[in-house]
Amino acid sequence: MTETVDLEVREGVDRETVETVQNMGSYKYGWDTEIEMDYAPKGVNEDIVRLISEKNGEPEWMTEWRLEAFRRWKTMEEPRWAMLNYPVIDYQDQYYYARPKSMEVKPKSLDEVDPKLLATYEKLGIPLKEQMILAGVEGADAAPADGRKVAVDAVFDSVSVGTTFKDELAKAGVIFCSISEAIREHPELVKKYLGSVVPQSDNFFATLNSAVFSDGSFVYVPPGVRCPMELSTYFRINAENTGQFERTLIIADKGSYVSYLEGCTAPQRDTNQLHAAVVEIVVLEDAEVKYSTVQNWFPGDENGKGGIYNFVTKRADCREARAKVMWTQVETGSAITWKYPSCILRGDESQGEFYSIAIANNMQQADTGTKMIHLGKDTRSRIVSKGISAGKAQNTYRGLVTMHPRAKNSRNYTQCDSLLIGSECGAHTVPYIEVKNTSSRVEHEATTSKVDDDQLFYCRSRGMDEEEAVALVVNGFCREVLQALPMEFAMEAQSLVAISLEGSVG
Amino acid sequence: MLKIDNLHVKLEDEDKQILKGVTLEVPAGEVHAIMGPNGSGKSTLSYVLSGRDGYEVTDGTASLDGEDLLDMEPEERAAAGLFLAFQYPVEIPGVGNMTFLRTALNAQRKAKGLDEVSAGDFLKLIREKAKDLKIDADMLKRPVNVGFSGGEKKRNEILQMAMLEPRMCIMDETDSGLDVDAMRLVSDGVNALRSEGRSFLVITHYQRLLNHIQPDVVHIMSNGRIVKSGGPELALQVEEEGYGDLVEAG
Repeated sequence: MTETVDLEVREGVDRETVETVQNMGSYKYGWDTEIEMDYAPKGVNEDIVRLISEKNGEPEWMTEWRLEAFRRWKTMEEPRWAMLNYPVIDYQDQYYYARPKSMEVKPKSLDEVDPKLLATYEKLGIPLKEQMILAGVEGADAAPADGRKVAVDAVFDSVSVGTTFKDELAKAGVIFCSISEAIREHPELVKKYLGSVVPQSDNFFATLNSAVFSDGSFVYVPPGVRCPMELSTYFRINAENTGQFERTLIIADKGSYVSYLEGCTAPQRDTNQLHAAVVEIVVLEDAEVKYSTVQNWFPGDENGKGGIYNFVTKRADCREARAKVMWTQVETGSAITWKYPSCILRGDESQGEFYSIAIANNMQQADTGTKMIHLGKDTRSRIVSKGISAGKAQNTYRGLVTMHPRAKNSRNYTQCDSLLIGSECGAHTVPYIEVKNTSSRVEHEATTSKVDDDQLFYCRSRGMDEEEAVALVVNGFCREVLQALPMEFAMEAQSLVAISLEGSVG
Repeated sequence: MLKIDNLHVKLEDEDKQILKGVTLEVPAGEVHAIMGPNGSGKSTLSYVLSGRDGYEVTDGTASLDGEDLLDMEPEERAAAGLFLAFQYPVEIPGVGNMTFLRTALNAQRKAKGLDEVSAGDFLKLIREKAKDLKIDADMLKRPVNVGFSGGEKKRNEILQMAMLEPRMCIMDETDSGLDVDAMRLVSDGVNALRSEGRSFLVITHYQRLLNHIQPDVVHIMSNGRIVKSGGPELALQVEEEGYGDLVEAG
């Protein structure tokens, strides 16, 4: 009798312990895929740059372009103006090229792709083979009547493994492929636009990326074409100590439209991983680009150990009249985030929008925001930033709005809200505003608040536990930005908000 | 149903005793009213029963069908069937009223080991209940209590009550800030919910609500204690004579 009872108790306790450990600070997407990797030696020099170029089968002009960037990079210093604290990065102690061994000869079709790789994507919920049918956000009335189409170009570490929907896109004339393929197949487009928004010499991290970028995505939408589906790249860092240097180039030709989704998850790591991506977007006359990101890289554990260092340069150039670009980002991961997706509003009447949710929990640090550079007449920009800090995290919004002398009658509206959970975290707002003409108008609104005890009690008195209550209140706080996301991402983002804040209360 | 015995409560941060031995029993299916002057401890009683932070129980017990309430988290009390209609319903910006209610309902169902209610069933249910309270579709979609008028907020509390179907409903000055029409809607809503298995504790300052919601028992509270209990006629006496004599009697 007694024995049975004891056993039951122990089983109960064990189960509870196991569950608690599983839930505590665990990173939901933190598993490893056992695939043999092919590494270049650690460190970066001209030989490594040449090796990367050669492995990608690049023409001479591309190799030279990389080398030029590398030589420039050697003369540059890492910027330290952001409100971020991290140890000195030894750039010679990183791998700059890694790819799964089974990919040495590129597969001809998805059937040839390593099944383990495909299984990884399945865990991530990315069906490569068929169109994704994804549910809509909250409630039946909000759900789409039929499944939406999403084309995926998956980047596994450094090599793109499979691209779906190619045929349908080709019919519309849309080019959606890896950047290495674009360099080989569409050199005239790459030559014309690569580095035209983010020049080789732009900043320390972008210049490093120009030298060593391994792969990334390329999109070209021809004049007057509305891209028939949302394009999506799922990044996933999966080799220890491999610096990730993705390069994305999107060109929306006159009167075209494209919506692009970028999502990231990464497995749990002990050592910090360096990431320096560059995204360039060229928007021509009357064209429109939406670029949405859900970023969920390993943020490090509760003590700040591990986690991704994320130094990203993203910029869109509204090069001609009435061009329009919209950045939406949900930043929940990474130990360090240094990221300012920007808009150059060069064309008259062009428009830029930036919607951002940045969540920093535990020891995470985020310094993120945007730049709206108004060069053309009658240009418009809108910034909505929601920063959430919990644990001991520090969250900084840094934004520049500049109205050049020629940018007559231009407008900017900035709304910058910070939410604090607990008493050990910090929120900072650093707006830079420059107005050099008399007909433009810039508005800036900022608020800082704490999660309200009355709100939490109200939710709990209706039956929600504390974490559910926090997630609900925070999702409400972020609503404006969540609504700007495409349907597919909005739901994922909502649950991410909840996951990111686990353990932030109580 | 609800049993409160010799409940003593002080503020957590201050040395201030607010409830000084409240004893009260609300049997299943009955409606009890608590009346009393400002500062007598009526709202504190409702907060302590629902588990709000900031109070310390120094003595006594409170239980719901034999289950010790004071030992539970607020959400556990809700799942056990306790509901508090707030005097000042809280605004939650950005959270749709329907989303809030569905999250709450599913959280309670989960705690009881039931499946989540489907989106379609939920929609049907809430539309039906909302109609009775003259709550339109727009109000269901707006963020919880944000920009609601006083009457709308109180009707919304009753809607939540109707959706969550608690056993024990505590209403904290639900009549405050209501005009005659809203009072009727709220009262009709409450009366429709009256049943054998459901009890109410109606906290109010004025007698007028009790014209609409007929109580079985009226308690007078003063200075942290129940000083007198009686039938509905006690409320009328308060209306005519004020609290003066009754309170002194305590």
